Amino acid sequence: MHTMLNASLRELADLLGAKKISSVELTRALLDRIARLNPTYKAFITVDEEASLAQARVADERLANGDAHPLTGIPVAQKDIFCAQGWLTTCGSKILSNFVSPYDAEIIRRFDVAGAVNLGKTNMDEFAMGSSNETSFYGPVRNPWDEAAVPGGSSGGSAAAVAARLCPAATGTDTGGSIRQPAALCGISGIKPTYGVVSRYGMIAFASSLDQAGPMAKSAEDLALLLNVMAGFDPRDSTSLDRPSEDYTRDLVRPLGGLTIGLPKQYFAGGVGSDVAVAIEAAIAEFRALGCETVDIDLPSSRLSIPVYYVLAPAEASSNLARYDGVRYGYRTPEYGDLTDMYQKSRAEGFGAEVKRRIMIGTYVLSHGYYDAYYLQAQKLRRLIARDFAEAFEKCDVIMGPTSPTTAFDLGEKSGDPVQMYLSDIFTIAVNLAGLPGISIPAGFGDRKRPIGLQIIGNYFAEARMLNVAHRYQQVTDWHSRMPPLP
Amino acid sequence: MALSLDDVKRIAHLARLAISEQEASAVLGQLNGIFELIEEMQAVDTSGIEPMSHGQDVVLRLREDVVTEGDQHELFQRQAPQVEAGLYLVPKVIE
Repeated sequence: MHTMLNASLRELADLLGAKKISSVELTRALLDRIARLNPTYKAFITVDEEASLAQARVADERLANGDAHPLTGIPVAQKDIFCAQGWLTTCGSKILSNFVSPYDAEIIRRFDVAGAVNLGKTNMDEFAMGSSNETSFYGPVRNPWDEAAVPGGSSGGSAAAVAARLCPAATGTDTGGSIRQPAALCGISGIKPTYGVVSRYGMIAFASSLDQAGPMAKSAEDLALLLNVMAGFDPRDSTSLDRPSEDYTRDLVRPLGGLTIGLPKQYFAGGVGSDVAVAIEAAIAEFRALGCETVDIDLPSSRLSIPVYYVLAPAEASSNLARYDGVRYGYRTPEYGDLTDMYQKSRAEGFGAEVKRRIMIGTYVLSHGYYDAYYLQAQKLRRLIARDFAEAFEKCDVIMGPTSPTTAFDLGEKSGDPVQMYLSDIFTIAVNLAGLPGISIPAGFGDRKRPIGLQIIGNYFAEARMLNVAHRYQQVTDWHSRMPPLP
Repeated sequence: MALSLDDVKRIAHLARLAISEQEASAVLGQLNGIFELIEEMQAVDTSGIEPMSHGQDVVLRLREDVVTEGDQHELFQRQAPQVEAGLYLVPKVIE
């Protein structure tokens, strides 16, 4: 079993296809591992052994009948933001702590059709609002590289689960960096696709114009296989893009000679930890050795991405979260007077402090007399941020820099100061505002042996090329296959 | 711009969030810190810039006006805190 923990999805598929292992055996082994290690890492909110094993048995029948897809029989952990029929689906919140979803999100359906096994629902910041996983109602996730450190957020449970080898792959969502930042802090790979590539149907909404789902795994090759399942048009999501389906593995082995990498001066300035800067410079040198050229680029408006984001995302969240009213589903306060009292108490007791802060910011910026000064101004600046990227991509094929300015910080280090927490997403947020795809891959270790992530930003729909860039790097380095010392 | 304690209580009410005096005071400082960060935006001249509301400039799709969803109210209402005769129950709103 131990050697299998580090196996790629392709290797697992080969073992399953050759009947060297069954999906039931693989699933059982991982469930046992979760039972043993999850009390330490808190990466999963819900595990349902019977449901997972039932799916594994179906997968084994498909494998026996020669009716298998590349992911048939492979266990995948699902972020608890995705509705899965019959599964508790909490979004990390008390207000949904009793919600058993009556339907499947589109990506859950797609994994099911592919024959993948749902291995459980992973912990996350409440409603995906956080950068450390500390806002979860179910308690903070621990970073498998160092239990004193946060795993990042909001997809921290998924990142920790992959890092601790509790699952070969997981899903995440990324509104301001929530796939890439935890991937970086936990030493794994993750991709946020172009906005509109993966369906948001059944994915609990935070900021609808920014939210996008994507896979998290050990390598770029695994991400490509997972994205092949997740991506695709869905008429039930009004922002899903109707475009021909792609094979994201098609370019993996393409040589990188002639590729131009843009280096934004803003991503290499003050505020970046010296350990992170050294690792990123070394990664860039590796790409030069692979035949890439580098060019300095300028993203002058990106400095405004945090203020812009903290207007737009809370505004959209305050609207999206208005649905939690204690009437149709979710938590209702046990004692109340009139209807308004019921709403106010249910929401005050059901939401945590960070979610309430963001609902209040959003409510304020959308309130009468303030709309133009905040929401409209932020939308105009969003245009300028997107334009910077468009101009940069006239000079380069991909953009690189650190995913996060520092390695994982300690639990409790920033939880008392929202502004400091927000600043940890400085390099990821602009990508969501522009709607572009972004990847984080492991690129070394910093002080206290905590992982460092390299961010690769591509133009719209450049996922296959970006995965190619990441894969070639992973062919000449081994950061992605390093495992934390696990109990 | 700095919010007052009354602003915080008014916003909480608009958002239908019960808030105690003590919570309001704690939130006041945090919200003012966040708005200080947000105020950086105001220094930029954006006259003539078209607002960008989405990551992709696409037109909302239209579909045929036909029924696509079956009646699943029993399934959905199983999640509700209080239901009677297919109706969601809330405190009396009309005297």
